[in-house]
Amino acid sequence: MAFYSTNEFKGGLKIMLDGDPYTIVENEFVKPGKGQAFNRVRVRNLKTGRTVEKTFKSGDTVEAADVHDTEMQYLYNDGEEWHFMHQETFEQMTANAPAVGEAAKWIKDNDICKVTLWNGAPLSVEPPNFVVLEITETDPGLKGDTSGGGGKPATLETGAVVRVPLFVQTGELIKVDTRTGEYVSRAKDA
Amino acid sequence: MTTASNGVGHLTEFPDPSSEFEGADWRPSASLERIRARADLLGRARAFFAAAGVMEVETPILSRAAVTDPALASLRTSIEGPGGDRALYLNTSPEFAMKRLVAAGSGPIYQICKVFRDAERGRRHHPEFTLLEWYRPGWDHQRLMNEVADLVRAILGRPDMPDERIRYRDLFMRQLDLDPWSASIESLRCAAADAGMVDAGHLELDRDGWLDLLLTHRLESGLGRGGMTFLHDYPPSQAALARVRPGPFPAGERFELYIEGIELANGFHELTDADEQRRRFMDDLVVRRDLGLPEPPVDDAFLAALASGMPDCSGVALGLDRLLMIAAEADHIDQVLTFPVERA
Repeated sequence: MAFYSTNEFKGGLKIMLDGDPYTIVENEFVKPGKGQAFNRVRVRNLKTGRTVEKTFKSGDTVEAADVHDTEMQYLYNDGEEWHFMHQETFEQMTANAPAVGEAAKWIKDNDICKVTLWNGAPLSVEPPNFVVLEITETDPGLKGDTSGGGGKPATLETGAVVRVPLFVQTGELIKVDTRTGEYVSRAKDA
Repeated sequence: MTTASNGVGHLTEFPDPSSEFEGADWRPSASLERIRARADLLGRARAFFAAAGVMEVETPILSRAAVTDPALASLRTSIEGPGGDRALYLNTSPEFAMKRLVAAGSGPIYQICKVFRDAERGRRHHPEFTLLEWYRPGWDHQRLMNEVADLVRAILGRPDMPDERIRYRDLFMRQLDLDPWSASIESLRCAAADAGMVDAGHLELDRDGWLDLLLTHRLESGLGRGGMTFLHDYPPSQAALARVRPGPFPAGERFELYIEGIELANGFHELTDADEQRRRFMDDLVVRRDLGLPEPPVDDAFLAALASGMPDCSGVALGLDRLLMIAAEADHIDQVLTFPVERA
């Protein structure tokens, strides 16, 4: 089992706390003029996404979390789980709903995702920053109603709903920024 | 179904975003403006002491002996010479050598020098930093606090900067309703939890550790707002190298200066009793042994100087990099250093 000393703490380091994997968001070294030094850290739980503050005695050690990021291709959803494949090893893995989280709204077959593995199993899935998706339903619009920022809701093939400009129609492909959930442009094809 | 097998070795490691800054970046991390501000600050400090009749001295960076304080980690090197290699320690402060000068009859002295502390790195910490340390024979810590305040006003160019003094015990009583002289470890632990530190229950600390936690996490940030706050008269267990004043609440005659929540200086009405000093060194070494820390040689020359009849005096060490951070409105120590340790 690997351990990190507080001296090795820095943003991005993956550690185990109370049985869960965490990533260090911010590490601050604090020490009175004389006496005990502390590392005050903000850590994010990689399972729940919640950020908390923790204090360690400087010099203490913490178990390392076996967490790696890898790029994998999304294959399909079998109704319960999402199947991914490593592009070089062709190794396949499945991720459950908590791991896929918000990414489920954006990904479709063949998309390359960043899959974070904990002890070799998917812990979280990050969709590509930009995805191209087909609009399956939106109001025909063009009624000249520009209230609400001049847009209208559109349902995409993955089930996600985004605001699109009035001129965009059902059946068209659009590019969406998955980090903000916002429409970027119309797209010619996927 | 997870089929992780042994594929991990093939998986792509995403580069740590910070590593792109670890290239061969040769430029200083401080702006030229702040490099000039340091030169200006050093000039003002020297002018202040010249006017005050305090002599500038130099003492060795390297020493055969090292500080025993378990909370300080000395860097160690070795020297080749007749009789073989010998270990030498980089000083964590010039305190012992300067007191030997005072004991030798130097009168008031000051020094501006680099000191080294291992395993200290952060927004306000750098393992190599610049101390301004000075000694005033015949003065007590109260009188020295006046001079520290005058020096800070002169260096910052703020002649009207106010200063206040608050006793360590009063600060805890006022802010936390706790008597640091008598509060149980359990009540200190509860105070930390009450102050919103939900994970405080996990920490294994001794009494002074809990007091340090409350001070650094809950109290310090409020000190020195809009001026200078001198925190003084510490619990005897935290007297370090200060004399302890007897009384119903015996207090270490020690002070620290805070400006805008930043700890800047530590001063003592110096302990001059060689036997008591040796006892404290030995107690430190016992703690070091319990903690599995190195047990460096005790500075016998310093103890001999005390035993020779060290004059009553007070001394203080002030972190010049932090004072420069305040003068130059920097929020990270790297902004006032030319080349931080990661690319020194």
